[in-house]
Amino acid sequence: MSQPFAKLPAWADYGLLPLINLIVAFFVAGLVVLLVGESPIEAAVLMVKGAFGTGDGVGYTLYYATNFIFTGLCVAVAFHCGLFNIGGEGQAYIGGLGVAFVGLGLGDTLPWWIVFPLAIVASGIAGALWALIPAWLQARRGSHVVITTIMFNFIAASIMVYIVVQILKPMNIQSPETRVFGAGGQLPSLGWLLNAVGLNMRSAPLNLSFLIALVAAFLVWVLIWRTKLGYEIRTMGFSPKAARYAGISELRIIIITMMISGALAGMMALNPIMGAQHRLQLDFVAGAGFVGIAVALMGRSHPVGIVLAAILFGMLYQGGAEIAFDMPNISRDMIVIIQGLVILFAGALEHMFRPTLQRIFHGLSLKKDQTVPVIAGGGQ
Amino acid sequence: MSAAAIELIGVDKRFGSVHANRDIHLTIEKGTIHGIIGENGAGKSTLMSILYGFYQADSGEIRINGKSTKITDPNAAIGMGIGMVHQHFMLVENFTVLENVMLGVEGAPLLKKGIAKARAELKRLEQEYELDVDPDALIEELPVGLQQRVEILKALYRGAEILVLDEPTGVLTPPEADHLFRILEQLRDQGKTIILITHKLREIMAATDNVSVMRQGSVVATKKTSETSVEELAELMVGRRVLLRVQKGEAQPGEVKLSVENLTVRDSRGVIMVDNASFNVRAGEIVGIAGVAGNGQSQLIETIAGIRAAVAGRVLLDGQLIDIMGAADPGELRDRGLAHVPEDRHHMGLVLAFEEYENSILGYHDDPLYLKGPFLDIDAIKADARKKIEKYDIRPGDPNLKTANFSGGNQQKIVLAREIERDPGVLIIGQPTRGVDVGAIEFIHKRIIEMRDAGKAVLLVSVELDEIRSLSDRILVMFAGRIVGERDAEADEGELGCLMAGVEQLEAAE
Repeated sequence: MSQPFAKLPAWADYGLLPLINLIVAFFVAGLVVLLVGESPIEAAVLMVKGAFGTGDGVGYTLYYATNFIFTGLCVAVAFHCGLFNIGGEGQAYIGGLGVAFVGLGLGDTLPWWIVFPLAIVASGIAGALWALIPAWLQARRGSHVVITTIMFNFIAASIMVYIVVQILKPMNIQSPETRVFGAGGQLPSLGWLLNAVGLNMRSAPLNLSFLIALVAAFLVWVLIWRTKLGYEIRTMGFSPKAARYAGISELRIIIITMMISGALAGMMALNPIMGAQHRLQLDFVAGAGFVGIAVALMGRSHPVGIVLAAILFGMLYQGGAEIAFDMPNISRDMIVIIQGLVILFAGALEHMFRPTLQRIFHGLSLKKDQTVPVIAGGGQ
Repeated sequence: MSAAAIELIGVDKRFGSVHANRDIHLTIEKGTIHGIIGENGAGKSTLMSILYGFYQADSGEIRINGKSTKITDPNAAIGMGIGMVHQHFMLVENFTVLENVMLGVEGAPLLKKGIAKARAELKRLEQEYELDVDPDALIEELPVGLQQRVEILKALYRGAEILVLDEPTGVLTPPEADHLFRILEQLRDQGKTIILITHKLREIMAATDNVSVMRQGSVVATKKTSETSVEELAELMVGRRVLLRVQKGEAQPGEVKLSVENLTVRDSRGVIMVDNASFNVRAGEIVGIAGVAGNGQSQLIETIAGIRAAVAGRVLLDGQLIDIMGAADPGELRDRGLAHVPEDRHHMGLVLAFEEYENSILGYHDDPLYLKGPFLDIDAIKADARKKIEKYDIRPGDPNLKTANFSGGNQQKIVLAREIERDPGVLIIGQPTRGVDVGAIEFIHKRIIEMRDAGKAVLLVSVELDEIRSLSDRILVMFAGRIVGERDAEADEGELGCLMAGVEQLEAAE
């Protein structure tokens, strides 16, 4: 009795269904725009133009997307193990310490191509260590990671305020930030990449970490589906009982998975710190850790889906800023509403249209394959 | 003659490409016990779900008492006097019998009036049908047999004239099952109509007036039970002749391979699940553990397999201690030649969301055979999976198919192939044929006997007493965590049934 409806073909499951969800989200968002007295069509045009119409628009969109790819991967890796890591925010924040440590210490003396790998490692380690304590508490004591990681977000925020203001901030600066890194602590921009397709990025901060994010996405795919560790992670995620049966150590897998997850969040810090601001500023994560949850949900925890979803959210961020700029009735908060709707429909209400769609496909398949032989009944 | 209680005319149902019910014509006479028998996946449950309003038929007509009806949901079915007793009880464990019976038909926002009415009605039902249950007992404190009785009372309380029982004896001891059948006869004699769904031929013969056999979604025959035989029904079910008796030669027991001494296991709440159990299994013999589900068999084999920790006792594998206190690593035990086919293949033996080939290495994924450094050697794994698919006739033979899409029998074959093909010295098997179709049962039993004849030690746990009796060379009976008796394979069924129900225990205590 397990399959009351026809199974959806993969293209409908991974393409059509998210698309329908997205369209509905935008439709409801349009109603909200209408409510405050602006034209939804105009707003939509502004958003798309703002995000993809110009070189710097594209630059910003992909810059934001870089953050979301990292945090989305962070959430997805934990998902595969059945863990809900909502501490990406804090892990990314602490990851910034790793970047700052390398950028401040070596940026003045070494070239960027030596500093960068070290910064990647340092940010990853910092993020991983920040995830270690919740991981250990979950594995050993059964304290739920949802609770512990969100508490660790607050702890991270407080620690960073202390460290930046009391320790790292030079005496002669008023704002809570470190000094600007030396030349070696600054990543090359990807302007040449956009130039190659005929766009001028101008001052947009898109930088090398975008490519690193894509590499990370590929490596996560390899990890999850092609390695023994990934096999163990997925076994644990699908069925802890089966993992126990298979002799997979729960303690070991939870800790390793959470540390990989934390490391991915930590690497997010590379993009704003080393790539854009060239210094550590307070609050540089700016909610990317939480957006990562939506990105992972929407991308079905698959790296390809995550990259696409991250670009979509990058568009919402960049295009949203443009709308707020051009339509006085629409404030930044409106953009958050629209983003919230996308999360609601794409993430939380993901199954709303599924039964209907399944019924339609069921009907289609009835007409089509009257002659298909029976495989098995619907027993059990 | 009055109209039939139920008449199904040309009922047809598809799930995607699966044709679960094809053109079903079935007449169930009023005041009879009608058995419906068929293998897993033959479409029995689907048909009953259509009757109970869970699903809608794609085409066809349902007549209740001669009147054509549309059953749109379970409420409509109840309204027409159809009551269902599910295989898995739908009871609220921490409610009393009375509260469960009146759940959903409380009658008013305030309970007081409803309770008085329900209590009176329950009393009447109990007297009329001799269904004694204490209305104020908590469900979780009742034995399974009584819980089932509550399910029947629930249906009767809602005015059921037609009772559908889905695999009702799966959780009962043989004496409890006999008692259930007496209740059903009583109900029939009072004019109720009963549909009994089962895959056990013996029950059909013992309890029904008429029987319909389903195969691959169709009703292939309807017979008077008195005019048919077990052999004929089995052949109708499978579509070919089947060997119901397992054929095996004399056991040639060798040295002791597995030895369990004074093993005691508690569950997470501290309740003793296995109580001072001692036994051994020798090479070349099958030791069966009989018992009603929930008497500690699961915990016993999980402890031996290293999944669960014990609180006292010793287990020796080939004369070497197993660290049962710290819950030995199941992976290490596999290396030492102990293979385990777990009872719960859906959650433990397999990862249903995995593709078939991924499950073919579960537990053996550390073997360098399947690895290239830290990476899975997917080509090697698939080649290996294909070999097993061929040898065990696993269908459909596609290593890339999601495991959930295999039938129960084929899923079990995936697990068996994985464990047996490693050529272990000791094989622990829990519920080898639960949810497995008759054709596959024959195959699985043959494999188990082959293991024995190859000089392996086999420890078998099953709630199917027939299975234990036909496979085992020695039978241990478990009751309330204790091994209450050891018998040889020729032991009398009634005697084993009493042991399983703890009867001897009670007598000894008195």
